[in-house]
Amino acid sequence: MFDTLQDRLAATFKNLRGKGKLTEADIDATAREIRIALLEADVNLGVVKEFIKNIKERCLGAEVSEALNPSQQIIKIVNEELVDILGGDTRTIRFAKKPPTVIMLAGLQGAGKTTLAGKLAHWLKSEGHSPLLVAADLQRPNAVNQLQVVAGRAGVHCFAPEPGNGVGDPVQVARASIDEADRRLYDVVIVDTAGRLGVDEVLMQQAADIKAAVTPDEVLFVVDAMIGQDAVNTAQAFADGVGYDGVVLTKLDGDARGGAALSIARVIGKPIMFASSGEGMKDFDVFHPERMASRILGMGDMLTLIEQAEKTFDEEKSRKAHEKIVTKGGSGFGLGDFLEQMKMIRKMGPLSKLFGMLPGMDGAMKDQLNNIDEKEVDRIEAIILSMTPAERDDPKILNGSRRARIAKGSGTEVSEVNNLVNRFFEARKVMSSFANGQMPAGMPGMPGMPQGALPGGGGGGSKKQQQKKRKKNAKGVSGNPAKRRAQEARKNQPAAKEPASDPAAAFGHGFDPKQFGGGFGGQKPGDFDIPPELEKMFKQGK
Amino acid sequence: MDPIWYIVIAVIVVALVGVGVGVGLRQRALEQKRRAEIEEPTPEPGAEVEPEPGEEPAEPAEPVEPGLDEPEPPKSRLQRLRARLAGQNNALSRGLLSLLSADKLDEDTWDDFEATLISSDLGVGPTTELVDTLRTRFKVEGVDSPEKAREILREELLKLVDPTLDRSLNIRSEGDDPAVCLVVGVNGTGKTTTVGKLARVLVAEDAKVLLGAADTFRAAAAEQLQTWGERVGVDTVRGAEGSDPASVAFNAVDAGVEQGVDCVIVDTAGRLHTKTGLMDELGKVKRVIEKKAPVTEVLLVIDATTGQNGLIQARIFREVVDVTGIVLTKLDGSAKGGIIVQVQRELGVPVKLVGLGEGADDLAPFDVEGFVDALLEE
Repeated sequence: MFDTLQDRLAATFKNLRGKGKLTEADIDATAREIRIALLEADVNLGVVKEFIKNIKERCLGAEVSEALNPSQQIIKIVNEELVDILGGDTRTIRFAKKPPTVIMLAGLQGAGKTTLAGKLAHWLKSEGHSPLLVAADLQRPNAVNQLQVVAGRAGVHCFAPEPGNGVGDPVQVARASIDEADRRLYDVVIVDTAGRLGVDEVLMQQAADIKAAVTPDEVLFVVDAMIGQDAVNTAQAFADGVGYDGVVLTKLDGDARGGAALSIARVIGKPIMFASSGEGMKDFDVFHPERMASRILGMGDMLTLIEQAEKTFDEEKSRKAHEKIVTKGGSGFGLGDFLEQMKMIRKMGPLSKLFGMLPGMDGAMKDQLNNIDEKEVDRIEAIILSMTPAERDDPKILNGSRRARIAKGSGTEVSEVNNLVNRFFEARKVMSSFANGQMPAGMPGMPGMPQGALPGGGGGGSKKQQQKKRKKNAKGVSGNPAKRRAQEARKNQPAAKEPASDPAAAFGHGFDPKQFGGGFGGQKPGDFDIPPELEKMFKQGK
Repeated sequence: MDPIWYIVIAVIVVALVGVGVGVGLRQRALEQKRRAEIEEPTPEPGAEVEPEPGEEPAEPAEPVEPGLDEPEPPKSRLQRLRARLAGQNNALSRGLLSLLSADKLDEDTWDDFEATLISSDLGVGPTTELVDTLRTRFKVEGVDSPEKAREILREELLKLVDPTLDRSLNIRSEGDDPAVCLVVGVNGTGKTTTVGKLARVLVAEDAKVLLGAADTFRAAAAEQLQTWGERVGVDTVRGAEGSDPASVAFNAVDAGVEQGVDCVIVDTAGRLHTKTGLMDELGKVKRVIEKKAPVTEVLLVIDATTGQNGLIQARIFREVVDVTGIVLTKLDGSAKGGIIVQVQRELGVPVKLVGLGEGADDLAPFDVEGFVDALLEE
């Protein structure tokens, strides 16, 4: 079973590769894969059909250049089209000339309107406005209380004259809130309405009435990123029933691919203005079409990974650990540091998912990763925690009796302690040469894995790869992928306007299943191509 | 060097060491399990507590106090909801009908049919499978009339939704301990509402119910649950906002045992399945409850609008708390919740309840034949 478009296309492109020119049959085959990938990302079927038609036309049209790898070309076209639709016309809140600016939130039940109202207020407040939250959801039990608490967290005021739980008229409340804002000089009013279904005519009429009563400057349609094929129906129902000016995607911190964004942007033609991702008040951002595009396509979303990492990683600790890796061939990097690392990484989410985000993962490797039981990683922790600090700092002092003690202490067997220590030494070696931009001596495969589970694994990659590698280096390009990419990018910059957003670059090498057939066992630093987003970040960091 | 590189390297190193050792450990664990299985027969899972004849909760629960809402009895509720499901402007049934009434089944018709199925979030896999099976059967069995076609279609749809799964709810106490029902799910699917509705169903069946508000995270969630409870005269055990949900859940079950109720329903905070910390917390809630009484039912609430992500959600929730049933909510909207077909097939967890509206009594048992018939109704 393929998880992502990248896997699917990798399989299709295996046959395409090397042809140099796209035939109609090639395009049809690819189109099918793209279709399935988009459908599995919950993009509406109608939108998919239209999208594929455009892609086909573009692929067959004059744009096909025989100089470029066909797979790169297709991915590039797909990505461009996606970004085009998603980023149609991005903008943020339009403020009224004469305050208060009224923002109304509408959406299905459970889309996250109340939470979003708080986030929006928090954001507006940090921008120097004085927002007022209005509790016009008088339907759901205790929605008013929730908004009051949310307002407290966001540090803004809440206007809630009615107790809710079915008591009171939301239209009245909304109307009264404008007077309140006038009187108390709030310059933004955020009206939180009850969740309603698109098919519920009574409630839709109520929403329309609220809209008529307060004449909002912005009506935002709040939609859950997890929504499926129904997104278009719902969005259309709200567009017809209430009418809105922008869309907010919520729950983007989950792993839904969010194809709904594409459907809505395409069918309704309203811009997606904000993206909300998380439970905290600050987890709120303007919408990034490029990220959404790669998310829908299921291309390793490195940027999200990095953001998550930045949120969870302790900068000071990371810097120190990194120094240890770079200096003295990594010998300063002990198991204690490794434990810290592992803890931080586990905070970022399920391991299998994180590894899946890394570019260059192919099917076999993914299967392996899916098999990791998080609880077994706990055992690794137990083993390390059973060591003394001195042993953690310098695992080389571990002799037989120490190992026996550790095994006893952690409830494991000596062979497992051995296994961990050996793995660790190997990993450290790879890591340090990786960090120093050198070629590591081939990484032996991972013992403990069923033989043959990783094609090509266990031998440090095939000879062919190594030859290829050498050739690359012979050209005088840095072995450090980061440096190399940066060099290339610098070279390309005058020629290509947007080298950083060219997905073909990442696909060209990084997603060749053959190259990565060995999984981590055969991975060389040079082969580890970073995706464009990361590259961009890296350049900014310099 | 940029710290980002460190992060990438860190992930890779953890992958290297983690996967290697993890797989090693896993194999060991498997082997041990195997050994253990050979050495001693697994204990009977069902033999937890033997019901003592004297203490059977046979006495009828206290009658609903005057002034409280009277929940609708289950029978009439079912009929009403079935009518609602069928009476809708239903894209799926319309699509299927047009397929059946077409004189000739050409490629376009099949394409439309496939599109209809995909639009109901059935997923590409099951859709392709169903279409292929139908095409083969239509050809082999020589379908000549719409009635025949409908019959085959009904059979295949039934097969897809699998009527053989056990859809009964284990929420009536057997023995001393009350039955414990844990309700879990991602944010905004309607967990609290489902708990409230479920309590009403039980009250209507004359059971004594206690609610546990273990959603200590979302603002005013406990109040929301309490409001639901008060309407039918059911007590709610709650803790302070931000307190440990596991302790609230434990207290609820503890109180349930003391009061000798039939069922304790524990509401939990919505959590995205990708948040490891929160999922661990959920695991803890269940473990802690089980110190007091076994959890007899774990219901995962999935919103009918959910797309393909629902499968991943279900998978992860099942890993953490061993989900025993699914509640499909918001089925009264335009979404059909086709994702549950995949969830059922892949995880073998049956849909047990459906939520069909805003009304307090709009929760019904999932009935496969009724569901399929409603889809096919004209």
